[in-house]
Amino acid sequence: MTIDSMDPEEVDAADILGSAIERREDPALITGDAEYTDDIQRPGMAHMAVARSQYGHADLEGVDTSAAEEMEGVVATYTHEDLHGEDTPEGGSFSLPTGWLLDSLEQVDHPILADGRVRYQGDAIAVVVAEDRYTARDAAEAVSVDYGRRDAVTDPREALDEGAPALHGEDNVAFDWELGDSDATDEAFESASHTVSIDVENQLLVPNAMEPRAAVADYSPGSGELEVFMTSQNPHLHRLLMSGVIGHPEHKLRIKAPEVGGGFGSKIHHYADEALAAWIAKDLERPVKWTATRTETYVTDAQGRGHRTEAELAMDDDGRITGLRVDTKANLGAYLSTFAPAVPTWLYGTLLSGQYDIPAIHCSVTGAFTNVPPVDAYRGAGRPEASFVVERLAHLGAREVDMDPAEFRRLNFVPADEFPYETQVAVVYDSGDYEKPLDKALEMVDYDSFRERQEQAREEGRYLGIGFSCYIEACGLAPSELAGQLGAQAGLWESSLVRFHPSGTVTAFCGTSGHGQGHATTYAQIVANELGIPYDDVEVVEGDTDEIPHGMGTYGSRSAAVGGSSLVKSSEKLVEKAKEIAAHQLEADPDDIEFEAGEFRLAGAPDRSLGIKEVAEQSYLAHDMPEEMEPGLEATSFYDPDNFVFPFGTHVAVVEVDPDSGEIEFEQYAAVDDVGNQINPKIVEGQIHGGIAQGIGQALYEGAEYDENAQLLTGSMQDYAVPKTYHIPEMETDSTVTESPHNPLGVKGVGEAGTIAAPQAVVNAVADALEPFGVEGIEMPLTAERVWEATNGRATTDGGSPPGEGDDEGGEKR
Amino acid sequence: MIPDGFDYHEPETTAEAIELLEEHGDAETELLAGGHSLLPAMKSGLSSPDVLIDIGGIEELTGVTADGGTLTIGAMTSYSDVLDAEAAREHAPALTAAVEQVGDRQVRNRGTVGGNVAHADPASDLPGAVLVSDATMVVQGPDGERDVPAEEFYLGMYATDIGPDELLTRVEVPSAAGAVGTYVKRASPSSGYAMVGVAALLSVEDGAAETVRVGASGVMDRGVRLEGVEDALAGGSVDEETIEAAAARAGEGLDTALMMDDLRASGEFRAQLLEVYTERALAEANADLAAPAAD
Repeated sequence: MTIDSMDPEEVDAADILGSAIERREDPALITGDAEYTDDIQRPGMAHMAVARSQYGHADLEGVDTSAAEEMEGVVATYTHEDLHGEDTPEGGSFSLPTGWLLDSLEQVDHPILADGRVRYQGDAIAVVVAEDRYTARDAAEAVSVDYGRRDAVTDPREALDEGAPALHGEDNVAFDWELGDSDATDEAFESASHTVSIDVENQLLVPNAMEPRAAVADYSPGSGELEVFMTSQNPHLHRLLMSGVIGHPEHKLRIKAPEVGGGFGSKIHHYADEALAAWIAKDLERPVKWTATRTETYVTDAQGRGHRTEAELAMDDDGRITGLRVDTKANLGAYLSTFAPAVPTWLYGTLLSGQYDIPAIHCSVTGAFTNVPPVDAYRGAGRPEASFVVERLAHLGAREVDMDPAEFRRLNFVPADEFPYETQVAVVYDSGDYEKPLDKALEMVDYDSFRERQEQAREEGRYLGIGFSCYIEACGLAPSELAGQLGAQAGLWESSLVRFHPSGTVTAFCGTSGHGQGHATTYAQIVANELGIPYDDVEVVEGDTDEIPHGMGTYGSRSAAVGGSSLVKSSEKLVEKAKEIAAHQLEADPDDIEFEAGEFRLAGAPDRSLGIKEVAEQSYLAHDMPEEMEPGLEATSFYDPDNFVFPFGTHVAVVEVDPDSGEIEFEQYAAVDDVGNQINPKIVEGQIHGGIAQGIGQALYEGAEYDENAQLLTGSMQDYAVPKTYHIPEMETDSTVTESPHNPLGVKGVGEAGTIAAPQAVVNAVADALEPFGVEGIEMPLTAERVWEATNGRATTDGGSPPGEGDDEGGEKR
Repeated sequence: MIPDGFDYHEPETTAEAIELLEEHGDAETELLAGGHSLLPAMKSGLSSPDVLIDIGGIEELTGVTADGGTLTIGAMTSYSDVLDAEAAREHAPALTAAVEQVGDRQVRNRGTVGGNVAHADPASDLPGAVLVSDATMVVQGPDGERDVPAEEFYLGMYATDIGPDELLTRVEVPSAAGAVGTYVKRASPSSGYAMVGVAALLSVEDGAAETVRVGASGVMDRGVRLEGVEDALAGGSVDEETIEAAAARAGEGLDTALMMDDLRASGEFRAQLLEVYTERALAEANADLAAPAAD
């Protein structure tokens, strides 16, 4: 079902929430009118470029910037020593902090310019500032570096082996973490009738946001204000972190995110480059611009995933899941990125119950330092890895107990009447009805006839397969108290301000920071609905620390659930005040005033009413206000939800695999998602589409591959396959609606659903197709070569072997 | 990245271009055609010529003409212009089929047949197809023109028989009118270049194969003819069974140790794909013979 966009003019005001309004941000984005960071110009602006490590692991035996300094047009150069010299103003740490702590976390220094040693290809060594960007780049290349090469390691398992080259201390252990009940899980396995196991890699991915990271910093010596435009998913958080890194007071630092061209998580984190641009602008008292090249994004943007996991599922005779045991080695890269410790722990282990009622679960995770760029949140962040493990095991479990994979899942679902449901891994699912999306998806793929078709095809030597992914995700991590208990060094509430102008139009400020999600549209729908005013009268402002009270940003599919709810709360407060003004002017008791469709009416006297716009005007005239009431009409809220929200759904891939060529053709891809109430179904659909495409990218095409020296082999679009439109099947999408009970909109989250759901649907489908070849699974990405190898009984299968014996890297021998 | 500085020349005639080549014989000189291989190489710093001679605007090097059983494609003819030329489809069906699969529309609008052939990228779509088409490369230098058969033209990866003071002026293809030409490829999902691309030219007379020419790109360091396949089918019937048997001989005579082996595919897998794609190219050709395209 494809949803058609609607012109807001054609939508009744009463229906504005929930209508597929066309995105108001698109015309500017499409025509090029939108202003991105790199579009910003300042008089006298200088340009910064970074000299980076060519090697994955080396000592810096000499860094010589003299040749660069002598080049015409070069303004200045900086190395680590320049940031720590006698003349350097005090206060800055010049090291990047970690925003999430774990009990066992090994915190390591992450200097913004390397201190005698580089730990990944792309690690910043020196900075050059020049009159133009080309000179800056050329001069960065002229920085001469003597390297003392060290052995490198890029795989988390190998990094934890004894004798592996250590990046920081004695070994590469960043943390050991566990969740669940180890004894109960052991018991479940001891008494299990059936067990299955997997040994899988969830490969490292390069985020590849369309717009590379960039910053423009401008310092006013007179006021001491430092203004930084940057590609940010969370300006307030960047302000806080950058303030400490460069030693500039938070209240004199302004971070603005202009239009941001995607992030997928990679623009949450605080990196060296933006901090350097800001500090240097202050040091030189000149505006400074830095924009990453695409090559730089490949070697510096925090990568995603990077798990190696052994997992086992225990079942009883009836096919009921009795236990799950998971052991993961997580790649953290060379340093701890901003939220890195949270991703493979609290965002991963807590989702290992999937949609299933699993009585015993235990998960242990060891974080490993390796010579790849820091690894952090990437669309889904921990949840795709969890869902992948659970759904691959479900696929094998069904096969083991000889059950239909859909019925195996249904048998083990958390029943609809059990919500809220407390899992064995520390979270409480808010609401759910898991059979509904499954049933709808089965209908969409005509599952009843599929097995027959599959049987017939096999007789003709054709291999059809169907793969299920009944995923769960957690969005809007909350409440802040819980986040704090889990190690977050930040609250995870959201703030907003809704302000009426005297003329009756409204500006809604929200602390989230959209970068493609369509907030300008959806937030306007929310506010217009709350205030009963026309959609076009609401302007949405995000991404500016000076304009917006405060904010935590956009990531983890939190904006609608937390930011949107904050806008509801602010609107409610505003209406409350307006009601008092209206009551005063209607000479009535506020308790007798009803508010509907933008009108305050005296109950029982419908002709005595006042429109909210008129109230707004009156509030600013302030000629006739209730006693002791301040003029003006605006309200701020800090909304801290009671819990996460847990969207869910079923994705089904139907494929045909050619065992001779290893090629996979999609026959169908059906997705039924339950993201709670939908503010704008078209935007929901778009998020699902994009997420599926990204998930299919992981399943079939993408992967950061490194050689033994930790050099990135897939360092450009020529070698790293970001899927193109023709790689992506037609997607059939539908939805069910199970409201979240604990936020005022009843929404869940949708930004990551597709990415979380898709990979295992595809892998399971291919495994199903190739069952006659004895294939249980294939390592992602399922390149044609790996599929072909699997049909030849060679390596790359990821299932069936006892843990510890499945380390074969098969398809990676190149 | 911004390339290093270079001298830029824009000759209007072939003779002028050759003079420039001679004049700058001591410098590192590159000929610029459509720019789809050279410019990315310059931007990434892989190529830093001192002198760039832009031959893309030389009128006499463009156009497609059919004359006396020979189809001539000017070296600077864009892929799109080849596809627009009815004569190309009629007389050089295999080459045209390969041209159709090059890159995407933007690439085909800018890239040129001569640029492709002279660049000699083994993973490009044309090397196998020019062999299958029995093309002759016409090369011009200070001493005049010389003809180089496609079989002798490619010397290896990015290496051709074109001398430092010569340039490729046109590609001549003996008419294969009446035969069906096909080209199928397994494209790298990242770059779109051929991991394996197979071109086939096929005609059948009285139930027996008359013309059978099959060649491949992407497999070896240059385009190759698949002689085992051709031998298997020559003079015999062409059907599903004979095609399958012939395709099984695709690797015959090819040194598997020298097969392309890179991040995209191992040599072993390429050998497998070569068989699969040979079968597909021939099956498609045979189907087209049975039911000529309606247009």
